[in-house]
Amino acid sequence: MSTRKFGAPIKRNIDPRLLTGRGAFTDDINLPGVLHAAFVRSPFARARINGIDTSIAEQAEGVVAVYTCDNIGHLDIELPLLIPHPSMTKARTQRPLARGDVYYVGQTVAMVVAVDRYVAEDAAALVDVDYDPLDVELDLEQAIEDGAPLVHPTHPNNIAADFTQVSGDPEAAFAEAEHVTRIRVQVDRSTAAAMECRTVAARYDATRGELTVWDGTQAPLGVRGGLASIFGMDEDKVRVIAPDVGGGFGQKVMFPYPDELLVPHAAIQLGRPVKYIEDRRENFIGSNQERTQIHEIELFAKKTGEVIALRDNFLHDTGAFIPYGIAVAQVASTSIAGPYRIPNIHVRFRAVYTPTVPVTPYRGCGRPQACFAIERAMDQLAEELGIDRFEIRRRNLIRDEDFPYTREGLLFADGLRVKLDSGQYLKALDMARDAIGWNEFAAMQSRAADEGKSLGLGLAYYVEGTGLGPYEGGHVKIHPITGKVYVNTGLTSQGQGHDTVFAQIVSDQLGVKVEDVIVVEGDTGTFEWGVATFASRAAVVSGNAIHKTAVKVREQTIKAAANMLEADPLQVVLSDGYAEVPGTNRRVSLAAVATATNPLRYAFNSAAQAATQFASASRHDGPPLIDGQHPGLEATDYFSPECATWAYGVHAAIVEVDRETCRVDVKKYICIHDCGNMINPVIVDGQVMGGFAQGIGGALYERIEYDTDGNPTNANFVDFLIPYATEVPAIEISHLETPSPLNPLGVKGVGEAGCIAVGATLASGIEDALRPMGGAKFHKTPITPSMIFEAMAKA
Amino acid sequence: MSRHEHLERSIPSTSSDPTAEVTVTINGVTLTRQVSTRMLLSDFIRHGLRLTGTHVGCEHGVCGACTIMIDGRAARSCLTFAVQADGAEIRTIESEEKDDGTLSALQQAFQECHGLQCGYCTPGMIMNIRSHFDSGEELDLSDDGIRELISGNLCRCTGYANIVKAVRRAAELTGRA
Ligand code: FES
Ligand code: FES
Repeated sequence: MSTRKFGAPIKRNIDPRLLTGRGAFTDDINLPGVLHAAFVRSPFARARINGIDTSIAEQAEGVVAVYTCDNIGHLDIELPLLIPHPSMTKARTQRPLARGDVYYVGQTVAMVVAVDRYVAEDAAALVDVDYDPLDVELDLEQAIEDGAPLVHPTHPNNIAADFTQVSGDPEAAFAEAEHVTRIRVQVDRSTAAAMECRTVAARYDATRGELTVWDGTQAPLGVRGGLASIFGMDEDKVRVIAPDVGGGFGQKVMFPYPDELLVPHAAIQLGRPVKYIEDRRENFIGSNQERTQIHEIELFAKKTGEVIALRDNFLHDTGAFIPYGIAVAQVASTSIAGPYRIPNIHVRFRAVYTPTVPVTPYRGCGRPQACFAIERAMDQLAEELGIDRFEIRRRNLIRDEDFPYTREGLLFADGLRVKLDSGQYLKALDMARDAIGWNEFAAMQSRAADEGKSLGLGLAYYVEGTGLGPYEGGHVKIHPITGKVYVNTGLTSQGQGHDTVFAQIVSDQLGVKVEDVIVVEGDTGTFEWGVATFASRAAVVSGNAIHKTAVKVREQTIKAAANMLEADPLQVVLSDGYAEVPGTNRRVSLAAVATATNPLRYAFNSAAQAATQFASASRHDGPPLIDGQHPGLEATDYFSPECATWAYGVHAAIVEVDRETCRVDVKKYICIHDCGNMINPVIVDGQVMGGFAQGIGGALYERIEYDTDGNPTNANFVDFLIPYATEVPAIEISHLETPSPLNPLGVKGVGEAGCIAVGATLASGIEDALRPMGGAKFHKTPITPSMIFEAMAKA
Repeated sequence: MSRHEHLERSIPSTSSDPTAEVTVTINGVTLTRQVSTRMLLSDFIRHGLRLTGTHVGCEHGVCGACTIMIDGRAARSCLTFAVQADGAEIRTIESEEKDDGTLSALQQAFQECHGLQCGYCTPGMIMNIRSHFDSGEELDLSDDGIRELISGNLCRCTGYANIVKAVRRAAELTGRA
């Protein structure tokens, strides 16, 4: 076989298309006669609606229809609760268009459909809504106090969910502790801010009764299921296509957003294609966000620094609604002990309604908050016990021989146990210490101090539960005409390069060039079983499904080729698009094999002629297709992991804090990373670097701000500070590859890795830098210059 | 829904906004069109001319996704009305590949260095870099220099490091380094 493609830095198949402007994102798709939708959105965080007058908007030239809750029929419902959980009572979800009340600035109240977006937006401004504003409380800790204004009168103290998980016997361990450290930490709200906002376009074919929806989603199968059930249509009559999608990062996994139902509805009603292309402001006020959590975490330790128990009690801001259930908080609560052997855990969270944009996963999904809590607590414990920060971690890390390490009693977001399956945690820590230059750092720090500069070293360890089930599938087929291989799976890409890594997996089995493997994802018309892209699961779950499928097609191919070449199957090798018997001149192209395995054929091309020369691959007495055999070289298979597989890594940084401007300059940033076997190291690094940049944003710049009335005050790219190239420091990445025992390829996910530990690492570094200046503490991200200024003044 | 609902509505096909005549030369082709006077140049290029390689990420002039070249200089097409481009010479990403359909050095370098993930920011990024490459200016190919050069373009996927590499690689490939 030609050299193995798994593990090689293969160039991406998709790039030429995207580089030449031939990408086809939703708004690029030409739908003749398309109409445009625009939304009327609530300007109040909480209000009663007394009336909506659409008459002027309806009269406006170019307006085709105006929808409110009163004329959308079966869509005037509370949207589904996607992931139910017993910890929630009467979970609240929003209605496509508000009825009676609004619960956050940006909530959809009416939809205008018009000939173009300009006219639609003008007309949206003509819809007259009469509101009575109500009191609000934006502060998470105030919101749970008695007497605080309620987001939903049904939910006293604004509590959406209250959930406790326990591992081991924490009560007993608390009593045995020789030292307890307590810390309160907070991570603020951010947003995915993919460069392409959310999009949806729909066309209805009344003759066939078929609805086609183009949706910039991470979950086309989910959207199809949702549409079919809410519209009462057979799933086969609904086709959802996620075309090229300009980044997702979790925000696009949630469904249905109101537009995802209303746009198809209008397309059906009006008999014309309709589309809605969200603009950036709408993305800030209308598409889900994540992050705010306040943790009160305690570590119960021996004098040696060995942590014997952990107690964490945190508040999780779920926004005005909780459509995705407690997933984010649950991931945080089950990641709270990080990479450490802490055997006794008590973790409780309360999810709290606030009159803000709903909260669902954003890249990291609770992991950055958990990492920030445990790692800041570890640093504090180290300081209190006078133990070096690397050393305290070394004493607590799970040892190689402890794997698999199960945290009995904790259930992850897939409802399955938390089993850290494999890793070399100590080695990674040692590598981090060497890479950041720990041995030389003290000297460097004091030299800098002599020059009046504040240098600090930051450190954080993280774990990342990845590759969640329940399952994905793969379909692999060798094309009889060209010999190219088509691959389908149910989930979809938003830039991760699935088309290339899946092609590498198939290429290894079938001996074809990576560029001859054509991966088609995200179209429910081509593969209709599966879940979605989230939780760093595509390579793990779809990757293994495709691998299993490719192995089957390989077996079929070898068997058929052996027949044609009159050879023993064990002699047949697949290489460079051919099946051959090495050392002989006997070879046949895969196209010919695929053609020959289809007994009803004409000799319509050279492949078919070549095939006929060898006579049928199924030459025998009896019917050309044996009972139970299928024509062609093709298979479908599925992979369903027993539980999540846990990747991990260590970040370390050297930072300089400018005492005058309070600017943080990252001098050096290193990352040790282990996601098991790497299918494509260049793509893995790309994922880590991209996550890292978002981590830098969350650590130093990005924060969704609301005033006390609940008005977003930075809902644009001028005021919400996404890092440009000038704000993202260089990162040096080193890998370990500890295979996962939980899947045939030995892979773990990488999608979220880069972002998890950045906040904790920089906080650790900034604190270290300012320690000689009085010991300012940094227990909250983003860490802005004014926070540094205030902390220094206070210290 | 009534089967005849769509018949009962008379749906106009275009807005009744006032229009003006605009002549532009785009990627070497000169053409004249009637456009709504308030249409953004980005919308005109994307929907009027169906050159959809130019993307919009914010429509308020910050992200750079909509960057094109107007009369040889990088410009944000979301901050320009189509009518303002009357008489202008415009280049978009669609002009970047070579005449034989192969990738330009800049495009090749992006592929080689994995300088794109979702590819949404990429056309704007490339047009910005192209304008610097073609301006004849001295390029500062240090890390900081390249980061400065691309600091008008947001990318949410790559973390920029590979774009920095791609710029340097493209400079090498074209003898600018
Ligand atoms: S779309 Fe023009 S700068 Fe963002
Ligand atoms: S590649 Fe996705 S925004 Fe740059």
